[in-house]
Amino acid sequence: MSLPSISVYYFGAISLVLIGLYGVLVKKNLMKILISLSIMETGVNLLLISIGYVSGKSAPILSEGIGPAQAVDPIPQALVLTAIVIGVATTALALSTAMIIYEKYGTLNIEEIRRLRG
Amino acid sequence: MVSLLKRSLAIISILIIGYWLAQGLAGVPFGQDKMLVGHYYLQHVKEQTGAVNAVTAIVVNYRGFDTLGEVTVLFIASTGVGALLWRKKRERTAKTEGSVVLTTGVELLFPFIVMFGSYIFIHGHLTPGGGFPGGATIATAFLLLYMAFISYEIPHRLFENLEGIAGMSYVLVGLIGLAIGGYFLFDWIWQTWHWGTSNLGRLFSGGFIPVIYTIIGIKVGTELSGIVDNMLKEEVGE
Repeated sequence: MSLPSISVYYFGAISLVLIGLYGVLVKKNLMKILISLSIMETGVNLLLISIGYVSGKSAPILSEGIGPAQAVDPIPQALVLTAIVIGVATTALALSTAMIIYEKYGTLNIEEIRRLRG
Repeated sequence: MVSLLKRSLAIISILIIGYWLAQGLAGVPFGQDKMLVGHYYLQHVKEQTGAVNAVTAIVVNYRGFDTLGEVTVLFIASTGVGALLWRKKRERTAKTEGSVVLTTGVELLFPFIVMFGSYIFIHGHLTPGGGFPGGATIATAFLLLYMAFISYEIPHRLFENLEGIAGMSYVLVGLIGLAIGGYFLFDWIWQTWHWGTSNLGRLFSGGFIPVIYTIIGIKVGTELSGIVDNMLKEEVGE
């Protein structure tokens, strides 16, 4: 079992996703779980962007000196633009749910919340 | 505290997932040209959409449905936040006013931030940015006002109407394209009117990208400010 050699950008993106996953699995505080979800989201966006990179080329804004042959792939950037906005929207909804949960139960610990309901 | 067993189990399973992901990504070379559709977009973006920024051309023109769905998601989120945090009597209960330096600074900075946000979304077809970053920048200006003053509130009636009007005009622009060109979100300003064909790369070009991005910028700015407003209010007793 040898470690696959991957780019440092892929490694960083995968690490961010895994750190987020660890937080979701292990943490008990609802806010920390939401932070972990945000970190996972960042990792996914970073992975998408780095897949679109073409070495030595510049941003896909065609201006003087930058023709269609000197630009990186614009599609992942458009996808990430969408993904970021959706991430912000879901985070806002989740945060307001957390606010209501705290008002109702007086705690953000997920185990205690479960106990109170049952 | 979480037990040591659970922690180590989580770490082991995460390492397995990580190895698996890395194995999969090892077949995707970094920094190489992997474009299939991307080349088409890059080569035809200027004459087909009039924009020099390929990303905004894709977001608004080639894949306009994505953006419509994205705007819908943001609208539903802001409505959802409003519905979740809805109470009869909700007011701001901030305890302390910002210091003189903070309030004066915010008053001075506010018009500049709004101006810069508008700059970003108006120039979406020329420079990096577009409707979503510009709208978020404008929402930041209102967030600053909320942070600095105890009793500041956004003009609710104006903002809610603006949000609705902006959302409707996006669909309206698409429907005009349906009437003229035969499909939804058809770029009628560029492909039927040929308006701005001569000054490519200047402000008055880009087909309907600046129009739609202005609409989106207004919508995103008002929506995010509304979310901030909803989250900063608390229930007060009768």
